Order: sequence, then structure tokens, then C-alpha cells
Amino acid sequence: MQALKGLKVVEFAAFAAGPVVGKHLADYGATVVHLESRVRPDGFRTHYPPYKDNIHGLNRSGLFALCNSQKMAINLNLKKAPAATDLAKKIVAWADVVIENFSPGTMDRLGLGHETLKKVKPEIIMLSSSNMGQNGPHAEHAGFGSQLSSLSGFTNLTGYPDGPPQILYGPYIDYIAVAYGVAAIIAALDYKKRTGKGQQIDLAQYESGLQFVAPLLLDYKINGKVAMRNANRDPHAAPHGAYPCKGEDSWCVLSVFSEAEWQALCRELGNPAWTSEPRFASHDARKTNEDELDKRIAEWTSQVAAHEVMEKLQRAGVRSHVVQTMKDIYSDPQLQHRGQWTELEHPEIGKMHYQRPPYILSKSPAGPERRDPLLGEHNAHFYREILGLTQNEYDALVKDGVID
Amino acid sequence: MLGDLGADVIKVERPGGDPARALGPFYRGERHPEKSLYWFAFNNNKRGITLDLERPQGRHIFSGLVAGADFVIESFPPGYLDRLGMGYETMNQINPRLVVTSITPFGQTGPYSKFKASDIEIMAASGCMSLTGDPGRPPLRITFPQSYPWTGAYAAMGTLIAHWQRAQTGAGQQVDVSAQACMLWAFSHAHTFWDLNRHLEKRAGSFMTGRSITGAKMRVFWPCRDGYLNFIIYGGEAGRRTNQALVEWMDGKGMAPEFLKQKEWRAFNIAEVTQEEIDRMEEPIARFFETVTKKEFFQEVIKREMLGYPVATVEEIFQDPQLYARDFWRVLEHPELGTSITYPGGFARLSESACGAWRRAPLIGEHNEEIYGGEMGMTKREVEKLKSEGVI
Repeated sequence: MQALKGLKVVEFAAFAAGPVVGKHLADYGATVVHLESRVRPDGFRTHYPPYKDNIHGLNRSGLFALCNSQKMAINLNLKKAPAATDLAKKIVAWADVVIENFSPGTMDRLGLGHETLKKVKPEIIMLSSSNMGQNGPHAEHAGFGSQLSSLSGFTNLTGYPDGPPQILYGPYIDYIAVAYGVAAIIAALDYKKRTGKGQQIDLAQYESGLQFVAPLLLDYKINGKVAMRNANRDPHAAPHGAYPCKGEDSWCVLSVFSEAEWQALCRELGNPAWTSEPRFASHDARKTNEDELDKRIAEWTSQVAAHEVMEKLQRAGVRSHVVQTMKDIYSDPQLQHRGQWTELEHPEIGKMHYQRPPYILSKSPAGPERRDPLLGEHNAHFYREILGLTQNEYDALVKDGVID
Repeated sequence: MLGDLGADVIKVERPGGDPARALGPFYRGERHPEKSLYWFAFNNNKRGITLDLERPQGRHIFSGLVAGADFVIESFPPGYLDRLGMGYETMNQINPRLVVTSITPFGQTGPYSKFKASDIEIMAASGCMSLTGDPGRPPLRITFPQSYPWTGAYAAMGTLIAHWQRAQTGAGQQVDVSAQACMLWAFSHAHTFWDLNRHLEKRAGSFMTGRSITGAKMRVFWPCRDGYLNFIIYGGEAGRRTNQALVEWMDGKGMAPEFLKQKEWRAFNIAEVTQEEIDRMEEPIARFFETVTKKEFFQEVIKREMLGYPVATVEEIFQDPQLYARDFWRVLEHPELGTSITYPGGFARLSESACGAWRRAPLIGEHNEEIYGGEMGMTKREVEKLKSEGVI
């Protein structure tokens, strides 16, 4: 049986920070309903490439697909109060968990704030994921994770010390907050099981992200040190970096943390004379002469295929890996062994690689087994079969543009 | 994370201390196993004991801990605990309710499961590095290792999902976490460009790609008076509002060219914009940002409801009024150093239950007596003997 079977989740959420939390719950069996409307579809459907064959379409987005597999999609135009508000409350009464990532205050304005939902269902668990949190002077500032990754220090730590910061692809920090969101929801479920009480989880993506640079925050506060980007360098290792290999734009990383690893690397290089020079004789010496060291290593790697460098060094006990491209990760034998991708057929996208969880539970099978839903695909099924509206009620709500 | 949520977490270290204590930065720069800030930051809310698992007596004691625990979290190379006779099957026999979370670079089984990796190899294996760095120069990682906290956070998810299943069935299980697989989420959907359209997303330095079907790239990082700003010409409702607000701000300082003022933002479609159009817009914006400080930009962005943030340093993070208004920072006492230290607060606020740092990281073997003596019922002499034999 799947670990989260029976758990009912509704998402008043769009983009990544809310929906990917639901995706992870759905992967282990939760029933997750993604709420949108034709007036306001999920932004990933409308604004974010890639679209299949570069043809824009609400049901052609690869990013939406990735974030919403296994879910049901229903339409509800929340602007159509009070009928829409009443219907939303019915859905909340059905659910165990509400996930929302509107700007703080929006759910209140829609008549669906936590205080109201508590009256609808006292034991409801509500995850409110936002940029900066539900209160404070910047609370209502809307923003994207791709830029919040700069406010929280990550891009300052990426790139060369003498050059500009470098981009972290996508809304990096959103997916950090996703992990914390899932953990907090399950902690709240556990708390409910023990006490009968629901609660609201105020998750600030900013504060989630800061957890990942915690040692550097301490370093500033205690030592006054302002951490800066330093490319691929690491204070504890040399060599430590990405080195060019045979072939076009082909790279392999390797790192040497101990003397034993250094000796093993030298053996694999064939113990050339330079390796025994005093300037490479110790970790400290190698750190001092790291530019020169990197050149020597690169001279060797450029003669060898990246996979060969990796296999050779790993056999010798030296850490190393090919820099995989976005194409390589689909055919990576290790990820394939773990069943990391599942290919499902989508009516407009065709076959697509959907992502399975990064952890394997020995007693619970993981999804997704279903592709992401088309806009409004489960309207009839959800409202009629699951929520129990009569055909007349359903038809009237469609006619009034509430379910739209 | 489990400790932040209130779990009683016992960190089991080898006698002499965990190797992570050798990782900097250090308190006042003093290289010492009790002064690693890396250790402090990622091990608070725990109690600490020492134990040599390679000795039969150590394993016997470990079995006792396993019997009373809800979770065991381990990050040894695959097969190591099996060789000691303490693998998952053994732990499961001792305590069938136990959730065992095993964290490794590539997973417990498979062709590369024996491969060694530190952060940079994990970042390479997951494809993240292929998306970071300048074209024509080496792929880059994030300078401060990210795969470790990522894997820890995602492992906590898997652990809690297994915990929830145990709450229904009473049975524990093993959670096999791959760091490589965890990092696949870090760079979002870049791979779907290959999947859908056979287009390979690659590192593009300080520029954003993949937003326009014409292949246009947008500048993300702009030099300002005292550093860099993150600003992107976006589309969509928020993007159009931002672009409009920026032009008004520039105009207020007499720096908005006529063509920008005349631009019909409602008709602006980012998904179809050409490189030529983007370049023309970015030129006067770049000149304007050079006159602005990070602080000024942040204030205007908030005031004008624009998208964008300064590229903050750790110093500037400590100046952010939002974090003080939310009472984010937590101060924990460090009596052993005669001081107190400021930590990031909880990863979330739960309205009914506490979440966050409340106890500093343990010293080496700090709770040996409390746990071995007090809670496991050993006599003072037994504890002394284990100590003199080097088991603890």
C-alpha cells in the first residue's frame, strides 16, 4: 500500500512552491486536487516554456507537467463570490490538507483565510507558502523564486570572485521550501493524530532558503566574514574542480581531500615528475599553487574521455564524476536503476519523462502513475463523484461560470 | 529538521568526534573540533554520544539504542552496516517499527552505488553544473556546498512519509535516499526542454534562457553602485507591472528614453520576444541601475511592487527588517565558549507547535553519562570501563 493513501489535499496554488509539495504527496498515494480556472490557469501553463514543439498551449507545458503529475485538475473561478466561496468551503471540508501560495492576504480577501477555514473544518491543516512569510513589512511583496535566490544569498555565492554572480537555473529556492513544506505538513498530520488539532503552517521561502547557508550566517555574525563566490574552489580540497575532457564541451569533476587520495590520483596519472615537486607536496602547497595544479590536471583530462576519467579515478578510490547534461540524466544508468523517471503518454505532449521521488521506501510503491491533468479535466468527476454535487447543482455552477 | 520539530535526536559520533567537526568556518577562526560553525549550524537541537560501532560492545550498545528509537538515520557507504552485522535487516528484527533512513550519494544499489562523491561530484552527476557557469569556461557548482542540506531536507521528507505510514500500519521500513536524485529538483525543469523539443539547456553565465521561444536570453545580474542587482525583464501580469513601474522610476530621474515610455506593455509578450528587442530595452536600464544602490533598489522594489531583489551578501541578510519583524533570529547560549550565538530561526512557523533551534549542538560525548547511565541504565563503573576501553 502507498504510504499516504487516503490523504486528501486541495491546492489553491500555482507555479512551483505550492504544487510541487502536492506532487510529492501524490507520488506516495495522496489524492491531490489542483484548483485553477479558465480565467486564471496555473501560470506554468501560460507563461513558461517549454511547450511541446514550441507551440504555446494550456496543455502543452513541460514545467506544468513535471509539477502536477498524478493530480486531478478542477476549475473554480474564485472571483464569483459568494457561490465560488461556498463551493471552495465544500472542497475544504472534504480535504485534510489545504496548500496555498497566493500572496499573503489573498486567501483572506477571497473569504478563505485560515480563521474561516477553521470554522469550516476545525482540524484542517493549511500550508501557506509565500516569498517572505505571512506578516512583516515585506509580507505582501510578490516575487519569484528565481530572484528570491539572490536575496537569500545563493547567487552571491555562485560564479568567479572577480566576475558577476551567476544564475541558478529556475526558481532554486522554491524547491528548498518544497521539502520543508512537505515535512511540515506531515509533522502537522502527526500532531493532529496525537492532539486532534489542525493548524496553519506559515512557510516563508526566504527563511527556508537561509537554512541552507546557515554556517555562513554564523561566520558573519561571529567572525565578521562575508562569504563570497569562489568558483569551484573548496578550502578542504585540492585539486577540486571541473576539468575539460576529450570531446566538445565535455567535462569531468574530481576532488582530492586527503593525502591517500592525492597519491592515488598521482598513480592514475602515471606519476609524472611534476607530481613530486615540492609545490604540490602537501595539501597546503597544492592550495597555494592551485592554478598551476589545475592546468596540469587539465592537460591529462583533455586527452581522456570524461567517462574514462570517472571510471578510472573511481576505481582508484578518487572522487570523480562526469558533468552530465540535461540529456544525460535521462540515460544515466544509476538513475535508471532507481527508476527515477517514468515515461507516461500525454495527449498533447506525447511521451514525457515524469519524475519519481528521490527516496525509495521499501514498503511503499511510488508514483506517478498518471500524467498531469488537462485544464479542468476532472471537473465532472471531482464535483459529481467525489464532492457529491447533483447533476443539477453542477450544471448550474457551470452555467453561472463558477466552475469555469 | 526532526529536531527542529521537537524530536529527541541523539547524534552518535565515533570516539574523538564526527569528521564534520573538522569543517570550517570556525568560531573566531580557531580550528578546533568543538568550534566548527558548520557543525554548530547543522547539529543543533541534538544530544550527542560517542560510540565505536566497529567493536562488538559498541554494536551491542547500538542494538539497545535501535530497540528504543523511532528512526535511525545513517549515511555510511552502502553495505558498511551490513558488514558490521548491523544492516537494515538486523535493525528491523530488533525493532520492526523502526524507520531506517539511509543516505548516500547515489543510493543503496545500482551500478554507481559504490562511487565516492563529495558535493561537487553530486552537483555534476545531477546535471546542475551543466547549467551553471559561463559558456566556454568550466561548469560551476555553488561555492558553498548545497547538495548536503538538499539531501538532508529531502531525506527528512522521505523519513516522515515512512513515519506516517507506520502510524497507520505499525510497520517500519527503509528509506533509501540518493543525493544525486535529490538534486534533480534543484534546477527545476531544464531537462524538459530536451524531453519535449530536443533542445539542450546549457550554462549561460549571468543570463536567463528558456523564456522565449525565439531563444532570446535576458540579463539577470546588473552592476549597481555597490554590487549587483537581480532584475529580469519578465512577461505576464507581474512582469508588465514591473516593467511599467521601472520606466516610471527611471523617468522620475530623467533616465527613461522615449521608446521605453511609449512601450505598450500590455502587448509585450515575453514568450515571443526577440534578442534585438531585449538588447534595446536592456541598454538604458543598465545605465540607470549603475546609479542605484542595493538598498535603494530593495526599497523601491517593495514600494513600487516590482519584481527583483538585490544580490544580498550574508551581511545584508542580517540587515533585512523583514527578518526582525518576524522575530526570525534565534540566540542560543554556548556556555562552553562563554557566549551566545545567533542562529537562523525555524524553517516554518506552525500555529500550534514550535519549530526551530532551541538547543546548541552537542560537544563530543556530552551526553554519554546522561544517555548510557541515566537512560540505558548502565552503572557509573560500566560507563567508566567503556570509556577506558575506548568504546565510548
